[in-house]
Amino acid sequence: MVARVDFLLVQFLTGLANASALFLIASGLTVIFGVTRVVNFAHGSFYMLGAYLSWTIVRALWDWGGREPWLFVLGILLAALAVGAIGALVEILLLRRIYRAPELFQLLATFGVVLIVQDITLALWGPEDLPLPRPRWLRAFIEVAGERFPLHDLILIFVGPAVLGLLWLLFQRTRFGILVRAATEDREMVAALGVDQRALFTGVFFLGSTLAGLGGAIVLPSQSANLQMDLAIIAEAFVVVVVGGMGSVPGAFLASLLIAEVQAFGIVLVPKATLVLVFLVMAAVLMVRPYGLLGRPQAHARAPAGSVSPVVRAAPVVLKVVGAAALALAAAAPLYAGPYGLTVLTELAVFILFAASLHLLMGPGGVVSFGHAAYFGLGAYGAALGVRFLAVPMEAGLVLAPLLAGLFGLVFGWFVVRLSGVYLAMLTLAFAQIVWAAAFQWVELTGGDNGILGVWPSPWARDKALFLWLALALCLGATLLLRRAIYAPFGYALRAARDSELRAEAIGLDAARLRLVAFVIAATSAGIAGGVYAYAKGSVFPTYISIPKSVDALLMVLLGGVQTVSGPIVGAIAFHGLFLTLLQWVEWWRAALGLAIVALVLAFPEGIAGFVQRRWEARFGATS
Amino acid sequence: MLEITRLNAFYGRAHILRDLALSVARGEVLVLLGRNGAGKSTTLKSIIGLVRPAPGSSIRFGEREIAGLAPHLIARLGIGYVPEERRIFTDLTVMENLEVGRRPAPDGREPWSPERLFALFPNLARMKDRPGGRMSGGEQQMLTIARTLMGNPSLLLLDEPSEGLAPVIVEQMAEAIAAVKQAGVTVLLSEQNLHFAARVADRAAIIEKGVIRWQGSLAALDSAPEIKAQYLSV
Repeated sequence: MVARVDFLLVQFLTGLANASALFLIASGLTVIFGVTRVVNFAHGSFYMLGAYLSWTIVRALWDWGGREPWLFVLGILLAALAVGAIGALVEILLLRRIYRAPELFQLLATFGVVLIVQDITLALWGPEDLPLPRPRWLRAFIEVAGERFPLHDLILIFVGPAVLGLLWLLFQRTRFGILVRAATEDREMVAALGVDQRALFTGVFFLGSTLAGLGGAIVLPSQSANLQMDLAIIAEAFVVVVVGGMGSVPGAFLASLLIAEVQAFGIVLVPKATLVLVFLVMAAVLMVRPYGLLGRPQAHARAPAGSVSPVVRAAPVVLKVVGAAALALAAAAPLYAGPYGLTVLTELAVFILFAASLHLLMGPGGVVSFGHAAYFGLGAYGAALGVRFLAVPMEAGLVLAPLLAGLFGLVFGWFVVRLSGVYLAMLTLAFAQIVWAAAFQWVELTGGDNGILGVWPSPWARDKALFLWLALALCLGATLLLRRAIYAPFGYALRAARDSELRAEAIGLDAARLRLVAFVIAATSAGIAGGVYAYAKGSVFPTYISIPKSVDALLMVLLGGVQTVSGPIVGAIAFHGLFLTLLQWVEWWRAALGLAIVALVLAFPEGIAGFVQRRWEARFGATS
Repeated sequence: MLEITRLNAFYGRAHILRDLALSVARGEVLVLLGRNGAGKSTTLKSIIGLVRPAPGSSIRFGEREIAGLAPHLIARLGIGYVPEERRIFTDLTVMENLEVGRRPAPDGREPWSPERLFALFPNLARMKDRPGGRMSGGEQQMLTIARTLMGNPSLLLLDEPSEGLAPVIVEQMAEAIAAVKQAGVTVLLSEQNLHFAARVADRAAIIEKGVIRWQGSLAALDSAPEIKAQYLSV
């Protein structure tokens, strides 16, 4: 019994040590969000760069002056400052140009940075994990109630509170800090008082990135630098920031303690479900406190004058003709295309439906889902699990797919539609991560990382041409139904609820219920796409549910333009085409894709279809 | 000092200000009168740059053309803006709110300091460390003016300073505006309260549907009931 208590104490201390690193990253993220309102995906990349840079710098210093502790500390600080400079550079070169763009475009641009940094890191440091060689003093242990506890972790425990104290001094005692707090509340007013926001924002990015770099640097001795750090940490950091309340540094501190302890004890209690546990905690906190532990309702974002969200317009006749021609061309593909071409077209059909289902939520619904891959993946796993455990034929699998996705859409959506804005987006991300974690960790059910293989179509559909026709019929049929829904009374009601919830409710519309119905429809449709995809590939993997997959869907919708019905279709074709081209021809395809995303966001802040539509209207007049 | 020869502004497709022309002379207090929605706030916001004037607009401040400049640059030239909704930083204390507004004074003028402002608004002196969110409406109104004065503007834009305030506070506000004028600051304020306007202003301009319809002294306005009936009465 005594041993058990000791064990729990050590586990608790480990949690505290992990909380420190988590707090460093989350505090930087929350400060950046608070002031600039940018949800910075690249924050995980800064953390990763912190680890890699300190690996290089500390080793160089040790080669020069021996493996002294003070050189280790110096190396860590230099690495953190270097990351801060990189962050400031990213702000100056990229984000500064898109502060007026919609939040999601900023997010996409930062995701572009994630991809670019991944490839740069790979090019500079190679694919292997890089552990820091640890001198004796770094491997020391101390006795805690009879158990051995790493000295490095003990030091980490104090780093978090120390940084919290320093940040407190910075924010309470310096003009910079006061300006940052003021800008967190009302940055327009701060500008009207003569403060240059650009300098302030760059400063905030420097500070936030430095903290992320420091976080990456201090965990290096216990973890080693690797290429998966960025996305692994960013999901956790988002959870901490959202649980603590976006923009609140003390909130981030509390939340990092909570999350790290949940993980530390979760590993003992439910080793298979630690990831699920973390996101469940987040969902629970958001249900009780919709703005996090110490957050407050976001000051209503003051839309820049002149921004009126446009209506979703019907496509002009020309576009319908073009669409029909494209469809006929795709259906006739077996006459002229080889197997690869047929596979590509099948995938395109899948992604068009995937994008169109998200578009229903984002465009008419006004619900920004960060985790739409969950329903795509649930569809795929619905089919695959049916094959694995029930040995059902494809026809039944394709029924199971939308059923499973729609069911989860109903459950998750019930929570999601009660929130709004960034918190809503983060909750959808959390739910997606729960599904992903289950697919990844619950090996008995899902095969974990190895996925489920052997998900083959029924014999009659094994021919690639027939399967293409099946995919076209199912996916494009569903896409047309989604389009139909937008122009049905349901679609009008949904848009009314999006544009003015109060007024919609005053005329008897139940906004939350409308959004829930939209959520279920979107999830079901994504499930169909996922099911077809599973049979097209013959296998399913957790990556179908990963963050990059959700971002793919967002990219397709946003590239196409949220406020046009043809947007997701154009976007899916453009994105998938770009992706395949890069994959085939460019060695550093991630960086190229990232650059393409950044360039597209800079060039078309309203999406490709939105851009074409505006040019069209400028030339030929509005179509409605 | 401020010379608006042509100002157009839009909210979306709504044309709010239509070729508005107005000038403010150095040292005077000019009141912009008009009904709700006439364009008073939009005029002030266009001057400070929070609403972007449409292309072709011209606003000269001293020697500089300021239409189209970013708000912080306009503020740095010496224009202080006090918003109608006050927009106090609720998390920040009174002293911290003042700190956000602080900018160096142009050469030769005595800068506004917290002490000097506390003499003008004695209520604030008693709550230096109180967060802005825990102050009454009247106290917030004083703080928002004091905060803007910390930037040592030569032209002060006040958007409906008397709105929603108790009579005793309105009286203090009038005294404060007189003191600000005494200190050499030019003031352009918008108002719906004619009594308050008559109390503080040297000159009035009446705006309706985004156009200046009438200009003149307060005395002239007082003896022109038909003007008041046409543009101001509800």
